[in-house]
Amino acid sequence: MLIRFYLNNQLKEINSDPDKRVVDLLRENLGLTGTKEGCGEGECGACSILVDGVSKLSCLMLAAQLDGHNIITIEGLADGEKLHPVQAAFVVGGAVQCGFCSPGMVIAALDLLQRNPHPQRSEIRQGLSGNLCRCTGYQKIVDAVEAAALEMGDKL
Amino acid sequence: MKDSTVAIGTALPRADGPGKVCGTEKYAADYYPEGMLWAGVKTSDYAHALVKEIDVSAALIIPGVHAVLIHKDVKGSNRVGVPESDAPVLADYKVCHKGDPVALIIAESREMVSRAAAAINVEYQALPAVFDPEQALLPDAPVLHENRADKNLLLSGAINKGKGALALEECTFSVESEFNLPAQEHAYLETETGVACLNDDGVLELVASTQTPFRDRMELAHALGLPATKIKISAPYLGGGFGGKDGITVQGLLGLAALNSSGRPVKMWNSREESFKSSSKRHPARMHYRLGCKQDGSLHALSCRIVLDTGAYASLGGPVLALAMEHAAGVYRIENTYIEGFCVYTNNPISGAFRGFGAPQVLAAVEQMIDMLADKIGMDPLEFRLKNAVNRGDELGSGVLMSRSTGIVACLQTMQKHPLWINRRQWEKDAPPFKRRAVGMAAGMQGTGYGPVVADVANAKLELLVDGRFRIYSGVADMGQGNNATNVQIAGEILGQSAAAFELLQPDTERSLPSGSSSASRTTYSFGNALQGACRLLKERILTRVCQMGMGIYQEDLLLVPGRVHHIPSGKDIPLTVIATAMTDSERVSVNSYTAPVARHHEIVNPAVRAAGFPHLVFCFACHLARIEINELTGEVTICDYLACTDGGRVLNPQLYEQQIQGGIVQGIGYALWEDFKVSAGEILSSNLSTYIIPGSLDVPDIISLPVETVEDSGPFGMKGIGEIGINLPYPAIANAVARATGRRIKTGPLSAERVWQALQAEEEQ
Repeated sequence: MLIRFYLNNQLKEINSDPDKRVVDLLRENLGLTGTKEGCGEGECGACSILVDGVSKLSCLMLAAQLDGHNIITIEGLADGEKLHPVQAAFVVGGAVQCGFCSPGMVIAALDLLQRNPHPQRSEIRQGLSGNLCRCTGYQKIVDAVEAAALEMGDKL
Repeated sequence: MKDSTVAIGTALPRADGPGKVCGTEKYAADYYPEGMLWAGVKTSDYAHALVKEIDVSAALIIPGVHAVLIHKDVKGSNRVGVPESDAPVLADYKVCHKGDPVALIIAESREMVSRAAAAINVEYQALPAVFDPEQALLPDAPVLHENRADKNLLLSGAINKGKGALALEECTFSVESEFNLPAQEHAYLETETGVACLNDDGVLELVASTQTPFRDRMELAHALGLPATKIKISAPYLGGGFGGKDGITVQGLLGLAALNSSGRPVKMWNSREESFKSSSKRHPARMHYRLGCKQDGSLHALSCRIVLDTGAYASLGGPVLALAMEHAAGVYRIENTYIEGFCVYTNNPISGAFRGFGAPQVLAAVEQMIDMLADKIGMDPLEFRLKNAVNRGDELGSGVLMSRSTGIVACLQTMQKHPLWINRRQWEKDAPPFKRRAVGMAAGMQGTGYGPVVADVANAKLELLVDGRFRIYSGVADMGQGNNATNVQIAGEILGQSAAAFELLQPDTERSLPSGSSSASRTTYSFGNALQGACRLLKERILTRVCQMGMGIYQEDLLLVPGRVHHIPSGKDIPLTVIATAMTDSERVSVNSYTAPVARHHEIVNPAVRAAGFPHLVFCFACHLARIEINELTGEVTICDYLACTDGGRVLNPQLYEQQIQGGIVQGIGYALWEDFKVSAGEILSSNLSTYIIPGSLDVPDIISLPVETVEDSGPFGMKGIGEIGINLPYPAIANAVARATGRRIKTGPLSAERVWQALQAEEEQ
């Protein structure tokens, strides 16, 4: 079927099987491999994307569900070489190790900060609880989100 | 900022950060070559059976199925594994566990691969299977590998020091216990994956998520029957490894697929369930301990028996056992010890390398024994450890001489002065209603490198590019620990350059040089040492060339600074671009080989255990403290605070250092409390991340990491590897706290809410 949606602020019109998983569509058809897959069943959060500004798991979405929506993937956050403040905070704060969870974590952090621009540490941990990381122990990710919140203030 | 020289000891942000957070860094999983096919396997239905016939005809007629391969299609030895090459790429005459691949399917899509797998008909003749390692050692047990003289025994050994176990009779106090620890799944987020292609020159090219690209190349040559020169492997950043990608995972299957795909590239990427089924685990361990001390609290005798279940194939089970035996007596002087170990084949999933490499199991046991003995004689557990801990020049209970930096006493003293330790009793007393609080601690170490027999060699290569920047050819894969970023820090310090001056090439068997595995806490230690030499060599060449360009004869007059060489007497600067152009191509490249020192003379164990890596020379040390709260109604354990004091030598980068400590500890907390890889009669019951629970962000506290810096003079800038030590002590620190809170020792891991609740009930009944 023909699917029309905004992908990283650009209008896309693509022909796709309606039941193709969004994570596969992004990675295989559109070359956006920043969205990762860690489990394929909604447990790990590595495949998170923003759908109309809200964090969703692209491994549990089908292509038809994109139609008419505004999709932001990890590739759509930086402005050229300039990282989004959340991304920059992850880099400077040492929140990245193997990095395979990082795109999903950044998306989850953005989703949280949009809802709650000044979260407590416990609220950050809550906001990231749908995303698994096997390397960092989460501490520096929480630090980074805290730093990003401070940096951005109410600008998000 | 961009021009500032990189300095050792600063929190330089990792070079791999920006690409990873922007989603532009390409992992092995991110390769989708033009015209590619998908590969996947059909796995065994039996834990132990003879394969009588494989009928692939129904699979082959499914549209989109390109080929179905079985063992007969493998032209080489069809065996992989180091040091024992015993695991088939595709099962031939028999299967030894339920994850064994029986057929390899190549098709246009993953769905077609699954359909084809279901259509393959395999006729088996079931064999009796064995799932308990002690039973597998009995004379009439079913034998997995008939060609082995020792049947199901992969490796065994014994250390008999002083009077051995007999000295337990001479002890005033002694304790005895048995411990059972489960398998642990690595659960790296990027499951095993790669792409392969046979190029026009007949070279098999692989991009794989691997900790060992160079070793894989030799293994594939042997298994698939190709000259190594016809195989090229590159290892991009891994999406986690932890030991689970220390060796061949999908590479053999991928290589075989690419040899049979009519030149089309092939991709393989295990689903989470396939990953759990096929990947190696931490060895389940059964340990029996006896420990005794004299009236004054000095440890006098230890006896233990360690049985590790290595599953269907050896993987690195032998070396894991050797390291477990070496660490089995902990960080203490014990004059008399008897340590025996057995690593045994069963029809369970494969166990192999996992961060800590045998140390987490034995330290979980011995550190609980230490607490039990301290309790028995009424000594403070930290005082008791301090009294018995080794200093440089002492011998461990396992007979290993501490001849290098030895900071365990300093670690313990640091903890002793910390408020979390000082205020522990008051904190315990302040427990809210229906909660119990306790503080537990543990101490331990981790040997680094490969031991005395297998050479721990790294070969660094560095190039001054014509644009004045430097390229570091990394020989060791980066599975997330940041060793490649650390290479920038080491090279930047020596060459006086900024971080922006470096380009990092990931390991590639064609362009970089073999430098061993990304494992054994040896990555930065060994490759860093090699890189230091390469940097000094190239620096010398650059300065010599500048002298020859008319800047005098004294190198001392020259300063290598970001992007240029500064001539101090004249104040003149010569850009590196100019110098690079004046050098020949070969001059601009420096290479340097480094071989790690070893403890050469050691007769205390049998040669087979020594060959498997006993003993080590350089050790890092740590002690951990856990403050826990137990919910009396549910048995649930919450870690409220956690402190780690670690001697990892000098800290090269405090941020990367904390990453390793924090990450290792959280993986260790998972091992202690939730991670229970359940297997019943060879069948995996925890098959995915919804049933196998790894820690999430809400499950763990912030961790306080205090480096206790010693200077390890054999390490680059005084460092020692700390990739593993963090995971070794959460289990015993938490177990000691749980025992204190409940008055019961839970002897089977993990310390789940159910087991803790049962311990509370038992106490109540009493």
